Amino acid sequence: MRHIISLLMENEAGALSRVAGLFSARGYNIESLTVAPTEDPTMSRMTLVTTGSEDIVEQITKQLNKLVDIVKLADITEGEHIERELMLIKVMASNAEQREEVKRMTDIFRGRVIDVKDANFTIEITGDGNKLDAFIDALQHSDIIETVRSGTTGISRGAKCLHI
Amino acid sequence: MELSGAEIVVQFLKDEGVEHVFGYPGGAVLHIYDAIFRQDDVKHILTRHEQGATHAADGYARATGKPGVALVTSGPGATNAITGIATAYLDSVPLVVLSGQVPRAFIGSDAFQEVDMVGISRPCVKHNFLVKDVRELASTLKKAFYVASTGRPGPVVVDIPKDTTDPGVKIPYEYPKEISMRSYNPTVKGHPGQIKRALDLIVGARRPMLYTGGGVILSEASEELTEFTQTLGYPITNTLMGLGAYPGMDKQFVGMLGMHGTYEANMAMHECDVLVAIGARFDDRVTGDIKQFCPNARIIHIDIDPSSISKNVRVDIPIVGDIKQVLTDMLKELKGLKKKIDSKAIANWWQQIDKWRDTDCLRYDRNSALIKPQYVVEKLCEVTGGDAFVTSDVGQHQMFAAQFYKFNKPRRWINSGGLGTMGFGMPAALGVQVAYPDAPVACITGESSIQMCVQELGMALQYQLPIKVINLNNGYMGMVRQWQEFFYEKRYSQSVMEVNPDFVKLAEAYGHIGMRIDKPQDVEGALKEAFAMKDKLVFLDFVTDRGENVYPMIAAGKGQHEMHMSPEWELI
Repeated sequence: MRHIISLLMENEAGALSRVAGLFSARGYNIESLTVAPTEDPTMSRMTLVTTGSEDIVEQITKQLNKLVDIVKLADITEGEHIERELMLIKVMASNAEQREEVKRMTDIFRGRVIDVKDANFTIEITGDGNKLDAFIDALQHSDIIETVRSGTTGISRGAKCLHI
Repeated sequence: MELSGAEIVVQFLKDEGVEHVFGYPGGAVLHIYDAIFRQDDVKHILTRHEQGATHAADGYARATGKPGVALVTSGPGATNAITGIATAYLDSVPLVVLSGQVPRAFIGSDAFQEVDMVGISRPCVKHNFLVKDVRELASTLKKAFYVASTGRPGPVVVDIPKDTTDPGVKIPYEYPKEISMRSYNPTVKGHPGQIKRALDLIVGARRPMLYTGGGVILSEASEELTEFTQTLGYPITNTLMGLGAYPGMDKQFVGMLGMHGTYEANMAMHECDVLVAIGARFDDRVTGDIKQFCPNARIIHIDIDPSSISKNVRVDIPIVGDIKQVLTDMLKELKGLKKKIDSKAIANWWQQIDKWRDTDCLRYDRNSALIKPQYVVEKLCEVTGGDAFVTSDVGQHQMFAAQFYKFNKPRRWINSGGLGTMGFGMPAALGVQVAYPDAPVACITGESSIQMCVQELGMALQYQLPIKVINLNNGYMGMVRQWQEFFYEKRYSQSVMEVNPDFVKLAEAYGHIGMRIDKPQDVEGALKEAFAMKDKLVFLDFVTDRGENVYPMIAAGKGQHEMHMSPEWELI
């Protein structure tokens, strides 16, 4: 099962490596990991996507909680939640037909073309991972020059929150 | 008070109540060593190797319950400390290791004696810090002691760049009496509802078993455990780390469990219907094959570390909290309980256990013309009245010590259970002796283990630490040889340790007393003589039966009830 674990942690040097080190030391899967400071600059918020049996995910959350730098965590997949990922994708767009096709596809997926050059477009698109995968599939693979994805971030719906 | 960073380190240690620091100087910690030189309150014990410093601080901590403190320099000083730090980590020992670091401006430049200590130690510490500003030094040290000694204890490293201890930079210092950390708040009190549910199950048990580990000792909960066990009248087994938490000579004690545990303890585990695990962590050396572990039992687990619960074995009733607090609450609750224990069922259970006990699984050949290692430990227990501090190294002698020395008090048995660190025993014993200068301290070791940290005989001489080294010398890495005998058709690959120093002369070279004992009839006399020399380290080199094995034995991956018994046992 896929789980999204949200963490509030001290914004300290080394906090990220403690989390990453825990996953490699204990052999847990890590699908993606994003981290950035919050509105309180002493704290960072990390979103971690992992897969494993219920027992393993239980251990993962316990082991993460045990890290001294972790202030609070929640498995947001336990309740209703929203997840988003940002992708920047650069594609070939050297002739009118190609440019038209890419633009049309981008509109369908509610992306935006954010850079236009002679031979290529760069597109920004957000959504859950499946949507981004679908967008990639919709494009001609040979036309893709490069992609960069932020990894999943997420938040619980409604009153549930991760806050101190 | 205006102090330099180096002075802050030393003043802080004094204010924190630290009396002894084990360490070894070097470039990055010279300022701190200068501050140590200029005062008398914090005593520095110079070891001969940084590994010795961490083990000695570890032994000190295990014997006293207070955090042990080690001070090492950067680079090789820091890496040499890692084995000791990992040893403390695996056994949850409160340890604060101060390591020097190159000046901040040099960090990351591959400077002389630079290693990334925070990175290297990260997987084997409870937490670590890099001091980035002298103004953070005192509060960081306070956090280090707080984290090391609360919750589930463990080692904490504070990496201190040399320039933050600069004697030319003085800042105001005040001892931080209290510290709070929003990200670190261990749960102490057990959930009352869970306690009620657990007691209901415990009292209703027909074949109950108490299985307790090192957590009881760490939590200083021996008295509560003893009262709890005796109120219930149930059988109790201790793990290797838990020995001494319950009196080893009491009739309710069925011995240690696990790979080299007693027949009665392992069989009772296998057959029990309610298992109460207290401060134990279902280690693989205890459970054997996890699929066959306690097949009929409902399991209650009390532990301060939530991540220990349901890690290896799924439990039915978890209670997260400090053992002492939880047992106190349970005892209170137990006294008011209406439900009564089924005394008939318990009597039957004891009858069964006594049958297992009658097999006398620890028997060995007492008529042998060779010294049996078990016999030495038995005599040591007699000669010291079961009241000595006993440390051990790792291997057969460690198991014999655990099986044959009857520990009646907590913190008397000090060994590297989790990491299994050869070389631990002697420096740990010296650390214990520093804490308790007048107490009898024995280090049970073997000719292979002792040579891994034998240089600390120098530290023993310098500080007049009169430990007794009980060297069970069989000329083999005994446990390796035993596995090779059982599982590799007696191909004793590299486990023969016949080329040894003359240990008597070695002891003498270091200014100690050495004795060599090769006849069973001389064992008791030699031990008495050694312990009568209260101010001398005595190195007793016992030449023991080379082929002796540790029994019973559960081979790795086997169930608890599938014990390999001694050939002596099969004779009946």
